[in-house]
Amino acid sequence: MANLVIAEHDHGSLKAATLNVISAAVEIGGDVHVLIAGHNAKAAADAAAQVAGVSKVLLADGAAHAHRLPENAAAQIVAIASGYSHILAPATPYGKAVAPRVAALLDKAQISDIIKVVDADTFVRPIYAGNAYATVKSSDSVKVITVRGTAFGAAAKTGGFSSVETLAAVGDTALSSFVSAEIVKSERPELTAAKIVVSGGRGLGSGDKYREVLTPLADKLGAAMGASRAAVDAGYVPNDYQVGQTGKIVAPDLYVAIGVSGAIQHLAGMKDSKVIVAINKDPDAPIFSVADYGLVADLFEAVPELAAKL
Amino acid sequence: MHANSQYRGLRSRKLRAEFSIVDSVLALRKLPAFGDIVKVLVPVKRVVDYNVKVRVKADNSGVDIANVKMSMNPFCEIAVEEAVRLKEKGSATEIVAVSAGVTQCQETLRNAMAIGADRGILIETDAELQPLAVAKLLKAIVDKEQPQLVILGKQAIDDDSNQTGQMLAALLNWGQATFASKVEIEGGAAKVTCEVDGGLETVSIKLPAIITTDLRLNEPRYATLPNIMKAKKKQLDIVKPADLGVDVTPRLATLKVEEPPKRKGGVKVADVAALIDKLKNEAKVI
Repeated sequence: MANLVIAEHDHGSLKAATLNVISAAVEIGGDVHVLIAGHNAKAAADAAAQVAGVSKVLLADGAAHAHRLPENAAAQIVAIASGYSHILAPATPYGKAVAPRVAALLDKAQISDIIKVVDADTFVRPIYAGNAYATVKSSDSVKVITVRGTAFGAAAKTGGFSSVETLAAVGDTALSSFVSAEIVKSERPELTAAKIVVSGGRGLGSGDKYREVLTPLADKLGAAMGASRAAVDAGYVPNDYQVGQTGKIVAPDLYVAIGVSGAIQHLAGMKDSKVIVAINKDPDAPIFSVADYGLVADLFEAVPELAAKL
Repeated sequence: MHANSQYRGLRSRKLRAEFSIVDSVLALRKLPAFGDIVKVLVPVKRVVDYNVKVRVKADNSGVDIANVKMSMNPFCEIAVEEAVRLKEKGSATEIVAVSAGVTQCQETLRNAMAIGADRGILIETDAELQPLAVAKLLKAIVDKEQPQLVILGKQAIDDDSNQTGQMLAALLNWGQATFASKVEIEGGAAKVTCEVDGGLETVSIKLPAIITTDLRLNEPRYATLPNIMKAKKKQLDIVKPADLGVDVTPRLATLKVEEPPKRKGGVKVADVAALIDKLKNEAKVI
């Protein structure tokens, strides 16, 4: 049995989610190989080689992988798929774009967003926005899986000494091409990997208020910043702030929900947080039903006070 | 539509009416002067309404969906709306909605036609359909209908799989743009802005191609009563998986479905000072 982990990386380093996928692969058992499909991505491959639990790194370095287009990535994975019992990718926009494409090319089912490995064929995954957990058993010879990062610990970045093997990179499928990207660089920790998340909802009233009220608190706590779908739809913050069923799934040590009502779809994205704090002026807001500590108060007074007293 | 607007204000109302007829005829002939005009296929799924909180069955065999309100998957609704907007802009000729599942999926198709799809196809079956099987069924429909664009929801809110569009793209060997928040058709390609970690990424996919929709692509319109009535008269064809030569046998067996662990009820704190005290001394998270 051998596992192929599809690394998410920026060519120079591994994205945090890759470390959680490696942990899931280690739990399944057998060798763990990590594929870096990138361009000038030796640094990312070297980083992967040091991760504990990795037995081999495969580096497919070529122009076709410069923008990590899913059509090219899938072709690369399929080219090396034989011999693997499990192919795993993170349940991130990248992994979700690539893994089903790989599965269909191999004529296999894909198992989405697993939160637990029961055995090599059996996995637990949330359905209905996390309102139910399904245990599913695959009858396919190859299991193509996406892994929910928050459900598995991160593999240690050091301690491994695996070799890096260079593969021939596939050519460009020419089905798609990269045009442009607007990626916001932030000094804050990544939302899905942060220990503390400060999240805002429609109760904040505007994007300016979101920043004015939440930023000092997030700065004090060294927290990542998130938002409910309502706040994103209202244009307070960009889409990648969204926590929820169809946004990001987070499970920090501390989640502070401010002016968030707590729709089922939002709860689906944060209810596995260790400690949840809710600050909302509506005592009946559903968010209080999952909060360890609820403060019924005007957020415009309570949040600045909290930031000042910390 | 857009061609018509060029003439607005330049001619009398009567002339304009005549020109709009000419425009429609030209549009049907796919003249390059009017840009790319594509046929669009929109798969739609019937799911438990997003406002319903489902309950796990006592025997852990699944979730109880008997007598529960069913609706079109919200992401599929966004897909239909986008197709209709492309048609209104003059970028699409015909919109064909497709659904796979039980007889009642006809309602979902009627709903899609009320939003603006021109006709519907139901792949009727009582069998459990998993994403790979749905992708194969859709491929068979694509082979028959020859659309240049398939727009799907990025995920269904029941099984939360997020697979079908990408699988269909793989089976057809087409390009894919997932989690779209903006779509433009130009020069034999679709320029699609996709929601990714950290922001947005724009890709150009060669037509024919697959697009999956994210929340911010558009806000679907409400179907008006006249359009609901009109939709009842639109063509709806029914086929069976066997007619399409597709084996839909599930690859994944669901062994059990359970309630997720419940969070313990928390406490309300009196003020900010009490909250800080709890976080520092009880939860020890700050």
